[in-house]
Amino acid sequence: MTCLPKMTDKKLGLVIDLDTCVGCHACVVSCKGWNTENYGAPLADQDAYGEMPVGTFLNRVHSYEVQPEDGLAQLVHFPKSCLHCDDAPCVTVCPTGASYKRTEDGIVLVNETDCIGCGLCAWACPYGARELDGVEKVMKKCTLCVDRIYNENLPQEDRIPACVRTCPSGARHFGDLGDPNSDVSKLVAERGGMDLMPELGTKPVNKYLPPRPKDQLSSDQTPTQSLQAQADNPAGFFAWLDRTLEKL
Amino acid sequence: MHPAPSVILFTSLSGVGFGLLFFLGLGMPAPLGLNAFIFYAIAYAFAVGGLLFSTFHLGHPERAIKAFTQWRSSWLSREAWLSVLALGMTGLGAVAQIFFETRLAVVSYAGAALCLLTVFSTAMIYRQLATVPRWHTPMTPVLFLTYAVAGGALLSGQVGIAQPVLGLLGALQIFAWIQGDGAFARSGSTLATATGLGTNGSVRAFEPPHTGTNYLLQEFVYLVGRKHAAKLRLIAIILLSGLPIVLLVLPFNHMFAALAVLTHVAGVLVSRWLFFAQAEHVVGLYYGKRG
Repeated sequence: MTCLPKMTDKKLGLVIDLDTCVGCHACVVSCKGWNTENYGAPLADQDAYGEMPVGTFLNRVHSYEVQPEDGLAQLVHFPKSCLHCDDAPCVTVCPTGASYKRTEDGIVLVNETDCIGCGLCAWACPYGARELDGVEKVMKKCTLCVDRIYNENLPQEDRIPACVRTCPSGARHFGDLGDPNSDVSKLVAERGGMDLMPELGTKPVNKYLPPRPKDQLSSDQTPTQSLQAQADNPAGFFAWLDRTLEKL
Repeated sequence: MHPAPSVILFTSLSGVGFGLLFFLGLGMPAPLGLNAFIFYAIAYAFAVGGLLFSTFHLGHPERAIKAFTQWRSSWLSREAWLSVLALGMTGLGAVAQIFFETRLAVVSYAGAALCLLTVFSTAMIYRQLATVPRWHTPMTPVLFLTYAVAGGALLSGQVGIAQPVLGLLGALQIFAWIQGDGAFARSGSTLATATGLGTNGSVRAFEPPHTGTNYLLQEFVYLVGRKHAAKLRLIAIILLSGLPIVLLVLPFNHMFAALAVLTHVAGVLVSRWLFFAQAEHVVGLYYGKRG
């Protein structure tokens, strides 16, 4: 049923730390690997080794430049996947009931045998979290690795989403955001975790931790400034070299 | 948004078809026998033909029957029900008029109402999307309904109604274009709100996540043809509203009437192409492709 549950027992989701993400795309690769080999239709590529490769991914890492009023620009790597919204617009538009939000843990899933591939859920998602697979013609999206997190055949430490398990910088956290005492909820409270496009009222479960303020470099302290000072007022060996070359 | 031919043909043709069925349902005109057959055949060719085109938009058309299940929440599912009910109800009226030469008033009026509701539900599929600010306005259903009524009046030969409604349609469409051009800016979604990074400074897309294209870019960040948008708008208005009105003012003959229908439908197709091609989805923000 594509009506949303009034509330869910848990709100499983991710907390992504934009301060520590180094933009290595390891989460993208591990996500593609796990979700191609396990639950549901594989994530297909077209023309993978040709001129115009295209493929389905459930997680993609953008990079943004943030230019403060004064001071140096900062590069922020920005992994983006399904936010498992409480008020998920992708679910209610689905005509077949293929898209649904689970009552027990709040995960938004697609039942691929019911999906007619109309694409309307992807139109309704502001975040670009859903992609129609080019081969299977069904809608693919992050499952929060539902086939890992409850999988008793895996060792305990692997029962977390593949992207979280693989992140080498500890920028991705997984837990119950509906429980105020969970580690992820405390992290969100402590670091001022934020929603993406809150104005659209989707109430995302996933939260993003903003980059911490960097050490303030004033404009005369920039890394190139000290080199400029050496070039303008050389001393020692470079001063002699400078004088000698001037005379030639 | 990607202006898929299947969706443009579906919304344009089924809109005209249900518009004609609406007028036939009202008994304007109320033909019997062979005449009724010709009118209803034209109406169903547009309405059913349009609906068939919509299935080309599906990845799995063989499962389309499942789209009838979620009418409680989904406008697309409601549209599926309403279109079948509208076709069925007007079909009953058509059978009575063609084979029994009688008009079933109650059935016909109910069919007419269902036709308008079907067009309304089609429009609501677009109107409900907060992710496309240009569509997320009551103007979307108002426009779709006016398109259907104008096309229906034209095809059913209701010249007295067609003239003012075609004029109204042109005015509403121009208003919707002007209103729509500022809709994205008014929506308040920016790269700053999309990333949450706005408090730290001005945000610029530095590097995309992938070097090639992908489904999202192909479907939502359509850029081709925007440079001719102003010319295409002019062409659309002349074809869908201006020329048909002139042709209807001229002394009536069947040649002019047919020409008015043809130019109107051509204009509807151009304006519907613009409806999709000019619609900006907020996901483009993540790729630095919006204002």
